[in-house]
Amino acid sequence: MAFTLPYAITLEVGSSLENKTGDWRTERPVYLDRLPPCNIECPAGENIQAWLGLTQEGKYQEAWEEILDNNPLPSVHGRVCYHPCEDGCNRKQMENPVSIHAIERFLGDQALKNNWVVSKQADTGKHVLVVGAGPGGLSAAYHLCKMGHKVTVVESKAAPGGMMRYGIPEYRLPRDILDAEVKRIEDMGVTFKYNTRIDNLAATMKADGYDAAFLAVGAHLARKLEMPSDDSVNITDAVTYLNDIEANDSKPQLGKKVAVYGGGNTAIDVARSALRLGAEEVTVIYRGPQDKMPAHLFEIEEALEEGIKIAALRTITEYKGGNIIVEVNEMDADQRPQATGKTETIAADAVVYALGQLVDSSLLSDCDGIVENDNVIEVGQQMMTGMDGVFAGGDMIPSARTVTTAVGHGKKAARYITAYLKGETYTPAEKHETASFDKLNTWYYEEENMRQQPVLDLDKRKSTFGEVLGDLDEANAKYEAIRCMSCGNCFECDNCYTVCPDNAIIKLGRGNRFQINYDYCKGCGMCVEECPCGSMLMEPEEL
Amino acid sequence: MSTELKPDFCQTGNLTAGNRLQSIDVVSVQSTEDRANALTSGHRACQGCGEALGARMAIDKVMELSKNKVHVVNATGCLEVFTTPFPETSWNVPWLHSLFGNAPAVATGVQAALKAKGMEDVTVIAQGGDGSTVDIGFGCLSGMFERNDDVLYICYDNEAYMNTGVQRSGATPPTARTATTPLSGPHPGNNFGQGKNVPKIAMAHGIAYVATATIANVRDLEAKVAKAMSMKGARYLHIHVPCPLGWGSLPKDTIKLARLAVESGLYPLFEGEHGEITGVTKIRKKVPVDEYLKLQRRFVHLFKKGADTEDLAGVQAIADAHIKYYGLLDDGEK
Repeated sequence: MAFTLPYAITLEVGSSLENKTGDWRTERPVYLDRLPPCNIECPAGENIQAWLGLTQEGKYQEAWEEILDNNPLPSVHGRVCYHPCEDGCNRKQMENPVSIHAIERFLGDQALKNNWVVSKQADTGKHVLVVGAGPGGLSAAYHLCKMGHKVTVVESKAAPGGMMRYGIPEYRLPRDILDAEVKRIEDMGVTFKYNTRIDNLAATMKADGYDAAFLAVGAHLARKLEMPSDDSVNITDAVTYLNDIEANDSKPQLGKKVAVYGGGNTAIDVARSALRLGAEEVTVIYRGPQDKMPAHLFEIEEALEEGIKIAALRTITEYKGGNIIVEVNEMDADQRPQATGKTETIAADAVVYALGQLVDSSLLSDCDGIVENDNVIEVGQQMMTGMDGVFAGGDMIPSARTVTTAVGHGKKAARYITAYLKGETYTPAEKHETASFDKLNTWYYEEENMRQQPVLDLDKRKSTFGEVLGDLDEANAKYEAIRCMSCGNCFECDNCYTVCPDNAIIKLGRGNRFQINYDYCKGCGMCVEECPCGSMLMEPEEL
Repeated sequence: MSTELKPDFCQTGNLTAGNRLQSIDVVSVQSTEDRANALTSGHRACQGCGEALGARMAIDKVMELSKNKVHVVNATGCLEVFTTPFPETSWNVPWLHSLFGNAPAVATGVQAALKAKGMEDVTVIAQGGDGSTVDIGFGCLSGMFERNDDVLYICYDNEAYMNTGVQRSGATPPTARTATTPLSGPHPGNNFGQGKNVPKIAMAHGIAYVATATIANVRDLEAKVAKAMSMKGARYLHIHVPCPLGWGSLPKDTIKLARLAVESGLYPLFEGEHGEITGVTKIRKKVPVDEYLKLQRRFVHLFKKGADTEDLAGVQAIADAHIKYYGLLDDGEK
C-alpha cells in the first residue's frame, strides 16, 4: 500500500497493522476454566466459587440462587457442615482459608429474612416417594419437586430434619433455622407425612401409585456394648439421649457426673449437651490418643473451653460402685492403642455410648433384589438399589455420614430418578482439571486474614443451648468472599490485557472476559505467566 | 474484629492492573477498553518485549491526560526501529525521529515551535532507550534539563544497546555479559564501579520532577506519569524494561524480571522534586538478587561452578546499598 509514499517523510498512522505478527508464534495462549479445590471438595457439589464471586459483587440473591441449584439448605449448612471446602481452599497455603461456611450462612439467612424463593419446572405427572425427612430426603424432595415431579415425604418422627434435629444439638443448629428452610421446601409443594412409618415399601409403592422411591432413613440405631456391671452406673446411648433432648418436654437428666464413651463428633455433642443440662463433671473416654479422635478439632477445642475433660487412651472394662473402671492404653510401634493391664477409676452417675450408629432396614424386608451388606444398602452407579425404581442415599448407603454428603446424595438421586422416569440415563458432565495452588501466581493476591465469627460468652455456653457461633455482618461476609482467589477461573483482573506487548488481547467489557487476537499474538506467554488465578494456558501451535 | 472495608477492595488489592470489582476511576488506564493504544499491534519488537510495553503504558497515560494532544520525539534505538520500519509505523500519535543523540534538543525545538504557534496545550514527550539517554544524547539531555524546557523525557532502560547487537551502555549493570563485555579474565562481564545513574544525575539538575518506574507496577507507573504531567518544565521518567533477547531471559518472564529487579532492591522506585527525593515505593516481598539474576543468561557465569563469589556478593551489595539509601523496606524489616 504505502510504497507510493516518499521515503522517510510521513507514514500512515497505525499502518503496522498490516504486519500480522501472529505468524511468529510457536505456542498460543488460551483461556480455560479449571475446577477450584473448594468445588471439588464439596460433598453437595456446590459451585462455591461462583456464589462467592456473586457475593463479592454484592449480588446476594443471585449468589443464594447459585447455592440453591445444588443445596436447598444453606442456612443449615453454614452452621453444621464441616466445610471440607475450606480444607481444600488454596488460600490455606497463604494465610488461612476463606470462611466459606460463614458466607453461606450469611446468604442463607438473607434468604430467610427476605423470603427469597426458587422457581420450579413444569409438572411431569410423576409421583415420587421419599422415605425419611433427614438431609438426604429433604434434598431429594426439593430437587425432585424443582424438576416438576409430585413428591411425598414420609417420616417416622414427629418433625423433619432427621439427625439435623435428633442428633445435632441446638447450640449448633437453632431449630427455627431448620424449620424455616424445611418450610420453604414444603411451600414449593412437597407433601410431608410425619409420624408415619413404612413397614413394607413394595406394598406401599404399589398401593399409592408411586413411580419411584428414594430411601434415606439414616442410621438411628445405636451400637451397643456388653460390659460387666453392678448397675451402679446408668447406661444409655447417644442416639437415645440426643433424641430425648429434642423430642421430650422434660429434658433427660443423667446426674452430676457424666461420662461419654467414644471419640467422634457425636460423643462431643453428647458431652456438651450434658454440660448444658446441668452435669457438673463431663468426661469423654476414648480408647485412642486425643489427637487421633475422629471428632473435628474445633469441636474438641470448644468442648475443652467449656470444661469438658477428655480421658484419652482409656478403655472401659467394668462398672462398679458408682465408678467406671478403665484400662490404660499405650500406643505400640504401629501407632495402635494396646492395653497395659493398668486400671483407673472414673466416678460417674451415668455413661453414654457414642460408638456409632446402625441402619434400621426393616422396611425393606419384603423388597426383592435389595442387597444389604455390612449393615448398609448397596446401590449401583445410578444410586439405584437392586429393586427397580428404588434409589437410596444418606447414612444408609456406604458414605461419610455427614449432613452435606446426604444432601449431595439427594441431589444426585433426583437427577438419576428424573432420568429413570424418562427412560434415560443421566451422565454427569466431565469435570475440568484441578486449579491446584501451583497454577496460581500468588504475587498478585493481598494477604488478608480470615474474618472470625463472634463466639457466645462461655458462661452462656455452659448453661444454655444458645447458638455458640454468631453471624458475620454484611461487610465482613463480603470481605470474606473477596478473599476468594477465584482459582482456575478468570475474575477479570485485566492483567493479560495489560501485559501484552502486542495489544493482542481484546477486552470484551466487564462481565464478558477477554479474547485473544491471534493475528498479532507473538506467543510470548506473558499473559499466562501473569494470570493470577491460572485460567490461561500455553498450547503448542500447529505448525 | 474490624468491619472496615477499604473502598474498592478486591482480592488483589491494587496489585493487578484492574479488577471488575473496582470502580473505573481507580483502575489503571491500561486496564480499560478505551486506552489509546498509542503503540499499536504489528510492531516488530521481539516476543515479550518490555520496551514496547513500557512505551505503550507511558504514552497511553499521557494521551489520556492530555486529551490526545501529544507530540512525541523519539531517539534512535530499538523503540524507533521496531515501531517504524519503512513504510509502516505502529504509532497512533504525532511522532518524530531525527538522530540518535539529539532527541532532547529536537523536543526543545518542537516545544518552542508549538509555543510560537500558540499551541501550548500540547504535551511534548521525548523518549529513547538507555543508549541514547545515558550515552549518545546525554549532552542534549543535560542541556534540556539545564534550560528547563517544558518537555517530559522518558528513558526506557534495557541496560544495553539491544538494537545493534547487545553492546554495553552506561546503564549496563556490573557483571552482565554483553557483546563488548565478554566473559574473560578474573571478573567476567561488565565492570563494577562504572556507568551512570541518570535519575540521580537528573535530580542533580534540580528539575521539577524525576521518577523511576517499572512495567511490573502499572498503577505506580501511571501515577508517576500523571504527577509529571501536572508540572511544567523539564521532567524525567526512567522506566526499567527487561529485554529477553539481550538479557537471555524467557519472553514470558519479562514482567517477572521487572518485578524481581524491584523486589531485590537492584532497581529502586523513587520520585523526586527539585533535587529532593519525595517518595519511594517500598519493597513488598524482599528477595535475594540471585532470584533476579538466575533467570538471565547474561549473568549465568555468576552461578557456574568455580565462579568468584565476590562478584555475586558485589551485586547483592549494590541492592543492599539501594535499600539503605532509599529506605526501601518498612521500618523494622531487614
